[in-house]
Amino acid sequence: MLAALLIVFREVFEAGLIVGIVMAVTSGVPRRTVWISGGVAAGVLGACVVALFTGGLSELFGGSGQEIFNASILGFAVLMLTWHNVWMARHGREMAADLRATGEAVAAGSKSLAALGAVVAIAVLREGSEVVLFLYGVAAAQGGASFAMVIGGVIGLVLGSLICLMTYLGLVTIPTRYLFGVTSALITLLAAGMAAQAVAFLEQAGILTALDETVWNTSWILSDSSYPGRALHTLIGYVDQPTAMQLIVYAATLAVIVVLMKLFASPTQRRPHIAAAE
Amino acid sequence: MTEPERIAGKPSWTLGSGLNFAAAILLAAVAILTSRGAHAADDVTLSLTLKDHKFDPAELHAPPGTPIDIKVKNLNDIVSEFESSDLHFEKIVPVGSEAVVHVRPQQPGKYNFYDDFHHDTQGYLIVP
Repeated sequence: MLAALLIVFREVFEAGLIVGIVMAVTSGVPRRTVWISGGVAAGVLGACVVALFTGGLSELFGGSGQEIFNASILGFAVLMLTWHNVWMARHGREMAADLRATGEAVAAGSKSLAALGAVVAIAVLREGSEVVLFLYGVAAAQGGASFAMVIGGVIGLVLGSLICLMTYLGLVTIPTRYLFGVTSALITLLAAGMAAQAVAFLEQAGILTALDETVWNTSWILSDSSYPGRALHTLIGYVDQPTAMQLIVYAATLAVIVVLMKLFASPTQRRPHIAAAE
Repeated sequence: MTEPERIAGKPSWTLGSGLNFAAAILLAAVAILTSRGAHAADDVTLSLTLKDHKFDPAELHAPPGTPIDIKVKNLNDIVSEFESSDLHFEKIVPVGSEAVVHVRPQQPGKYNFYDDFHHDTQGYLIVP
């Protein structure tokens, strides 16, 4: 029971952090719960499909199928998060003033719901596929799901969901005028972390071996396999022994998102003196 | 308001195309890199099996400063997740199949790896 509890809790916890951030980022946008729940449901379904096809997936690309699949969907999530931030930089500044304001601000938030729904689906799919494989495997080996296993899984799910709730509640206490800036920063760090994680998968597959020196080792301060370490890993991409390539990709992702946000920022933001003169 | 809208005129279209283009380049790069064969000839290759929830051998050895490829064959009756926090890898190994993970060059030390789906299954990589 404990094994099931721990695995379910760990994976739900990691996906829950992302769901909590996305819920906070879309606070005030109508129908966002529908989109995000849809993302979670799609992720769960996707996790079952991935678990089903794990054998075939593992054999693809000369045995590197899992790593390439993970790197690809993480890369796609990075693109979705980038799109969200740039779109909001273009249209969302109005939302900083009042989250329930103009139709344009609300419509702008709605357009990015599909992108964020996809990010949620990807997070749930990645963490969920491990859970499905483990639970199914154990059940198959012992001739059926035991009561202890089910209870363990349910408790793990509840505890992990509590993390999601706490993350969300913590974020929405931020005053509205800071919320936009804080959530933009969180999304940017989330994206940079995912990009570095994609690199780690490609390194594991032996596809990307350039610049593989370990730049620092902070595992004595905080191990990335401890719970606080995992939280930091999910939120900002913390890794206790990053390779040079991971750091470069992390920094590059941050830089690209910030530059794109500035480039596409709404005209009134770039030329406030002209807007004031109108 | 008559200021020119330049790039900011149709952000979603330009940005969308840009991102799609970047994604296509990235995929092409991956396809080219994987077609070459992922594991370099000068890597040290270590093999082990996973049977009755035990690694065999339970201790691996590799020289320092050399990239390592670890192959594990799952002879258990249940799927396993071959994982190491010390060596930074995690990979699902279906029943009856063999998985390879590439590990970056290591300093001398003793590094732990395990089956994440069965924590009693532990092994060590020793680098002198």
